Amino acid sequence: MTLATAITGIAASRGDTASAAIACRDVTVRFMTESRVVTALENISFSIAHGAFLSLLGPSGCGKSTLLRVVADLVQPSAGTMQIFGGTPEEARRSRALGFVFQDAALLPWRTAIDNVSLPLEVGGGVKLGPNDPTPADLLRLVGLAGWEKSYPHELSGGMRQRVSIARALLGGPKLLLMDEPFGALDEITRDRLNEELRRIWVETGTTILFVTHSVYEAAYLGEQVLVLSPNPGRVVECIAIDLPRERDLTVRETPHFVQIAAHLRAMLGKMNA
Amino acid sequence: MSIAARLDPSLASAEAEFHAGQRRKAMRRRIMPLIGIGSFLCLWAGLVYGLKVPPFVAPSPYAVAATLWAKAPMLFENLVPTMIEAFSGFMLGNLSAILIATTFVHKKSLEEAFFPVIVIINTIPVVAKAPILVLLLGNGMEPKIAIAALICFFPTLVNMVRGLQSVNPQAMELMRVLSASQSEIFFKLRLPNSLPYLFSALKIAASTAVIGAIVGEWIGSTVGIGALIIQATYAFDSALLYATVIVGSCFSVAFFLLITLIERLTLRRHGPADQ
Repeated sequence: MTLATAITGIAASRGDTASAAIACRDVTVRFMTESRVVTALENISFSIAHGAFLSLLGPSGCGKSTLLRVVADLVQPSAGTMQIFGGTPEEARRSRALGFVFQDAALLPWRTAIDNVSLPLEVGGGVKLGPNDPTPADLLRLVGLAGWEKSYPHELSGGMRQRVSIARALLGGPKLLLMDEPFGALDEITRDRLNEELRRIWVETGTTILFVTHSVYEAAYLGEQVLVLSPNPGRVVECIAIDLPRERDLTVRETPHFVQIAAHLRAMLGKMNA
Repeated sequence: MSIAARLDPSLASAEAEFHAGQRRKAMRRRIMPLIGIGSFLCLWAGLVYGLKVPPFVAPSPYAVAATLWAKAPMLFENLVPTMIEAFSGFMLGNLSAILIATTFVHKKSLEEAFFPVIVIINTIPVVAKAPILVLLLGNGMEPKIAIAALICFFPTLVNMVRGLQSVNPQAMELMRVLSASQSEIFFKLRLPNSLPYLFSALKIAASTAVIGAIVGEWIGSTVGIGALIIQATYAFDSALLYATVIVGSCFSVAFFLLITLIERLTLRRHGPADQ
């Protein structure tokens, strides 16, 4: 098997259709600092389909977190357009189409696990759960925390806290889940387990996921596609499809095919630092 | 005895040793302060009797104890107004500090305009503020309450502003992703986040409010711990002076412990302080 057949290089498609989950077109983000103007992202274009799992891979400082924040309506692009489900990021945010998982679990320490998961019901007009929607308790069960409902964050391990924050992001069934290096601060064993569980959750819920990481393995194992960004300023280098089976466990990382993909991604990151 | 200890007898003795050690430590924590206080009293008594200090300069611990016992009703009568003033001042000062901190956090321009004024007022010593307020507010409880309030105000304001502002930036972003309103962000995030900061300020305020009330009573007052201190000093009644001071500080300590208790009950959910 050659690298050419193993990796389907697809050009970052110009965000064209309204049917895409995210259509990002020539997005540029500049920040003003006291001394100079920093271009965090330059002419980023990509689109992802409903139900896709896209990994955003790049070294630190490539603006991948900023890109995620443009999608979440936390940062306004200086130029270009970002369409989420055919509307603006603000509309997506207001209609609660977005769930966001932060690098640090960002739980409120004075609330129990279940009360943290319920927070989205209490603010911003709230989501109303239908009779068939999973309740906060169901979601804690989904992330493997049944029995920990009444625990406070300081009583939970780092991995468990991040599970709670994933459950919170899933409340109300968001159509798009944005994850900003959620497992970056965890140990490798916990990280591997959560990677596997996130794949399972993605298959079970059918949510579109945008996952930011600087780990080659995480990007390739989790994503159906990997968007590689280069730093200073953030530009799209390549968007590659990962043609691994849909149902995959961590052992897939030992297959020659996966190793090839990872080597390719690593080579691309290596070129940037040179 | 733990299960492991039941299986292994050598563990049982190690465990017993450990628990005995814990008990010794707990006992020592209780006894050491008593030994400290006891030796201080002995030193005091020794100096007074040994150097033959006249009673109008410094009393012996025994004379102070006798005065505390004999004049207890009179001391208590004078404690009541001081308690009322300190407590009212505490409430007034802290509530206004909390309200002003809230407006400062939401209106940056107000903070920029008025924080310097507050700092300047805070630099005036209490003993200098007291006559100004007595002239303004008369001879009743009002100036004492105002002084106690002013003295509580500044530490609480500074801590409260910090507590309301030092919110986890990602929790703040979460609130924005959830389209939370300003008041929701305040009540669900900023206010609970500020509670540990608020309580450390309240603990300082509990003792300073009493100081404020006492200093207020020094000027043109006939009742209260502060007035009694002045009267006892001018009458060279050192035993009464010391007894009054002891009553005042016992109240201060009790007030501090009360706030600490409320803090423990309120912050139980916040987890360890380092979080």
